[in-house]
Amino acid sequence: MSRKAEKKYAYRDRPVLRALEPLAYLAPFLAAVAVFTLYPVINVVMMSFKEGYRMLTGAYDQVGFGNYAYVLGDRYFISALRNTSLYVAVVVPLSTVLSILIANLLNRKVKGMALFQTAYFMPMVTSVTAAGLAWKFMFSRDFGVINQILSWFGVGKINWLQAPEWSLWALIIYGVWSILPFTIILMLSGLQNIDETYYTAARVDGAKSGRIFFRITVPMLAPTIGLVLTINTISTSKVFNEIFPLFNGRPGPSYNLYTVVYYIYDQFYIKWKLGRAAAAAMILFLIIFVVTMLQQVIQRRWSL
Amino acid sequence: MTAKEFAGQREGLARAHRLRAGLARAGLYVFLALGAGVMLFPFFWMFSSAFKTAQEVATFPPRWLPASLSLRNFAIAFEKAPFAVYFFNSVVITTASVVGTGLVTILASFAFSRLKFKGRDLVFTLLLALMMIPFEMLVITNYETIAAWKLIDTRTALVLPFLGSIFYTYILRNFFISIPDGLYWSARVDGASNWKYLWKVMVPIAKPALTTIILLNAIASWNSFMWPMLVINSTPRRTLPLGLYTFMTEGGMHFELLMAASTVVVLPIIVLFLFARKQIVGGVARGGLKG
Repeated sequence: MSRKAEKKYAYRDRPVLRALEPLAYLAPFLAAVAVFTLYPVINVVMMSFKEGYRMLTGAYDQVGFGNYAYVLGDRYFISALRNTSLYVAVVVPLSTVLSILIANLLNRKVKGMALFQTAYFMPMVTSVTAAGLAWKFMFSRDFGVINQILSWFGVGKINWLQAPEWSLWALIIYGVWSILPFTIILMLSGLQNIDETYYTAARVDGAKSGRIFFRITVPMLAPTIGLVLTINTISTSKVFNEIFPLFNGRPGPSYNLYTVVYYIYDQFYIKWKLGRAAAAAMILFLIIFVVTMLQQVIQRRWSL
Repeated sequence: MTAKEFAGQREGLARAHRLRAGLARAGLYVFLALGAGVMLFPFFWMFSSAFKTAQEVATFPPRWLPASLSLRNFAIAFEKAPFAVYFFNSVVITTASVVGTGLVTILASFAFSRLKFKGRDLVFTLLLALMMIPFEMLVITNYETIAAWKLIDTRTALVLPFLGSIFYTYILRNFFISIPDGLYWSARVDGASNWKYLWKVMVPIAKPALTTIILLNAIASWNSFMWPMLVINSTPRRTLPLGLYTFMTEGGMHFELLMAASTVVVLPIIVLFLFARKQIVGGVARGGLKG
């Protein structure tokens, strides 16, 4: 059917009803998005400038930069920024490198690959809370299996979850484990998009597999790697849920493990300082935005 | 070199080649198995510890396997905390979310792909930009909205904010767009309304994309922790992850019980994953995860 027929049938009868029809289909969706996504985006910006904002009554003392000044001067927020940056700086590169290696192996066509894929992807679908509790038990100083395994190599008992200097590493190890499946999946689908002829040509020329990996696989995978870096930087900047099972809902054993989202939660839900929580959320968003833009620019330079 | 010698040499080379390929494959399996072991270990530890006694859990070096397979820990956990209620809540909320969000998504995707109206693609592009905003930024206002509507501590509060998912609409709309126009116009000529065409033709064709959305949504709802923790505050309304968390903070560090309860939380999703791995992985590869 052509464009002519399209017109004929679309506007055949009662044009007003016809014009309203799309709205009827869209109404539930648009209403939900307006109330629970669009309005909150605008509101969080405004709330971040309202000093002494009180919930439900909506009353506030004055408009200004007071919330931002408070948050940026709060040592717990600074500590949250430091912890989150360190978490991102370790988890993102580590999971990226590991996932490239693993995806490269999972991409081979050998028997039993479905089984391996199931194993590697399992952590992605399981509850952070439940898996976190298993890790909590494994990290236990006195009865933990991780300390047992380390003892085979002569390492003494580490107090993973109660010693402030180790707690971030426990969170990082758990973080890498839980983000790996998703990262491997993206890498694997990137690998499967590389044209087979490149490999055939390289093999005909007698290239060794190490050379093929670094000269073909990695460069051809660059767009996927860029995507993974961006997505994982964003998601690891928001590390939050993982803290609850590991540290009983507190930010680390001695309030040393605030993350930015935990700080937002703390200001919002524990202290009921909604304006400050909104300001912290805005700062987080701006940081994520800037880092993402930087990554895009660097990636564009790199691929040229 | 005689012909026989030559053949022998060739066979030797071939054997060496086969050996090397075999070794490489064995190395591949060993490496993959090691990695898979690390990834699966927490689950092994969870399941194995769920059957251990309180004494077996508190020893060093830890016991890797329980002495006997008794369901005692599950019985105790279900007695100490209403996990049956939590389980029921999780099933209800996951189902409501899958059905509710599914319907809203189908209708919106249809309008964004098949119906024609002014500014359609502009609106859609703006919505995609909104997708970049993390849920963490919206949470404060959404809590306020739910509180203003007097929905704190209700199951509705767990479903309502997620009804309009830009991400799922994006996936389904892209699938709908790939369905050829000709199908639509021949159906219209036969007198089918838009409504009928959507449900009789488009939805059945879009089954793969719909399955993806349903699976990803079910997993996200089932595992959801942050939002339920904020809006639910009474025991009979808790979902499984929240119930599990409060079981730890209120019930103490009985790891054999905690691992039994964790097993209950994790098992349904693992079973789902074993049956629908391809669709789930495909969906994740296409659009990333929600949240």
